Amino acid sequence: MSSEGEKKPGSTGGEGWEPNIVAFCCNWCSYAGADLAGVSRFQYPPNIKVIRVMCSGRVEPQFVLRALELGADGVLITGCHIGDCHYLSGNEKAEVRMKMTADLLEMLGIGRDRMRLEWISASEGEKFAETMREFTERIRELGPNPLTNGGEDSG
Amino acid sequence: MAEDEISKLIEETGAFDCVECGKCTSVCPAAVYDTEFAPRLIVVKAQEGIKDDPMTKKNIWVCLTCEMCNSMCPYKVNYTGFIQGLRSMYFRRGEVPICSQGGLVHTMQRLMAKEDLKQNRLGWVDDDIKISKDKGEVLLFTGCAYQLGTIFDDRAAFLRDVPKSAVKILNAAGVTPVVLEDEVCCGHDLLWVGDEDSFLKLMDKNIERIKATGVKKVVFTCPECFRTFDVDYQDFSEDLPFEMVHISEFVKDAIDDGKLKLRNIDKKVTYHDSCRLGKHMGIYDPPREVLSAVPGLEMIEMERSREKATCCGVNAWANCEENGKKMQIDRLKEAKGTGAESMLTFCPKCEIHFRCATHNKVPVPIEDVDIEVEDFTNLIAKALEDGE
Ligand code: SF4
Ligand code: SF4
Ligand code: FES
Repeated sequence: MSSEGEKKPGSTGGEGWEPNIVAFCCNWCSYAGADLAGVSRFQYPPNIKVIRVMCSGRVEPQFVLRALELGADGVLITGCHIGDCHYLSGNEKAEVRMKMTADLLEMLGIGRDRMRLEWISASEGEKFAETMREFTERIRELGPNPLTNGGEDSG
Repeated sequence: MAEDEISKLIEETGAFDCVECGKCTSVCPAAVYDTEFAPRLIVVKAQEGIKDDPMTKKNIWVCLTCEMCNSMCPYKVNYTGFIQGLRSMYFRRGEVPICSQGGLVHTMQRLMAKEDLKQNRLGWVDDDIKISKDKGEVLLFTGCAYQLGTIFDDRAAFLRDVPKSAVKILNAAGVTPVVLEDEVCCGHDLLWVGDEDSFLKLMDKNIERIKATGVKKVVFTCPECFRTFDVDYQDFSEDLPFEMVHISEFVKDAIDDGKLKLRNIDKKVTYHDSCRLGKHMGIYDPPREVLSAVPGLEMIEMERSREKATCCGVNAWANCEENGKKMQIDRLKEAKGTGAESMLTFCPKCEIHFRCATHNKVPVPIEDVDIEVEDFTNLIAKALEDGE
């Protein structure tokens, strides 16, 4: 389906550009980690839009490409530490898939650095906040998603 | 959907002449597995001006666009052109099929259409081979095999080798091909799911970039790219100023001219005519002639070969489902039944779909279907005289 005319989440171009980041967070760990970060009042940037999934293994390569197509500047996928997946091996599958997705982003000229996979448990509120800060800064360095024409056509 | 749009399509594809004989339905491989699917009825309903028919809406995505029917139709209805036109109309209304991998491949192709990203598509180029990035006589259009081999790493990783194999073959025949760093997808899949806008963008980029190299000939390994350039690009734009050949034709000519010699490979193989190379483009003999030029290689035909070859069961990633799986299993059984060790074909999609069929549990004893699926271009590269 053409993305033209669809509402894109996102940043405004030029001067006031702010990274627009989509984070797919596993319900059983990092989504709770985000809660913990919140109640513990750890600060992290408001650029992140969290989407809850039931397991990092639910995240398809297409989710990442589609988010970028619709104007996200970076995509983060977070799941339970290896060995802790609620569904045993969802995160192992995610690891294989996201490696392939990163390779694909590199080939397409979007760059593998626009996505990241991290393991964050429910008790790691601080790690959650830290990852969000770090990734936002990394995307800020990379600049707007090249697909949004320098940030011009998103927002 | 505008009525005159349909009338125009009926006119252009000759569907107006349909006499409802039903020959198309009788040869259609999709109709064998899906008893509710009758190509004849899609034409008849369109002719009668029935709009928003729920069966049509479903069935335009059941058709495999294999062109088995085109060759049978006594009134020469361009059936696949008719389906393609209907799909574009439905697509414009936002009616899109459910595609495999969530539509990943289509998104990848749309991204290439959208912006001029600085792609890294030549990761396979190394010092063993000679290419030019801008000027020359012959251009190799590499297509998406390298990317598909990455996506389907667990099933068809060998696809990543296809562009390099093609360059090795060209080099061995004394040709240093131009390979573009900014080639984009040919747009085949988007055209066949009805996304004409994105298809046209990809087409314009490719034509412009290839014209700029001044090449006289473009060689294709992928049957879909080959058809898309030779038929669709010339239909949607104008006659292209370069000759288009399939690598099987190139190799055959090079062997005939004494420029290429193939060495011994002891193996029994069979060959699957993909719909794009066979029925769409009429290329049946060159691949067979190339195989007969490999000493030691024994080629065993399947019963349903050439224009009777069945389909890999999926078209443009739009109809991967139960019936497609059955079709694949039946084809693999047929291939295995020949006693061959591997089934060769040129189409990366066929290769992925056949590999996929045996990737998980199969509904028949595995020894009935566990034939190797091998890329033809890769095999020729293995047979090059100097062993490289
Ligand atoms: S193109 Fe193939 S699948 Fe489609 S109606 Fe014709 S024979 Fe059937
Ligand atoms: S074979 Fe041709 S004439 Fe006969 S029903 Fe099909 S489209 Fe109509
Ligand atoms: S349940 Fe958290 S990664 Fe699988």
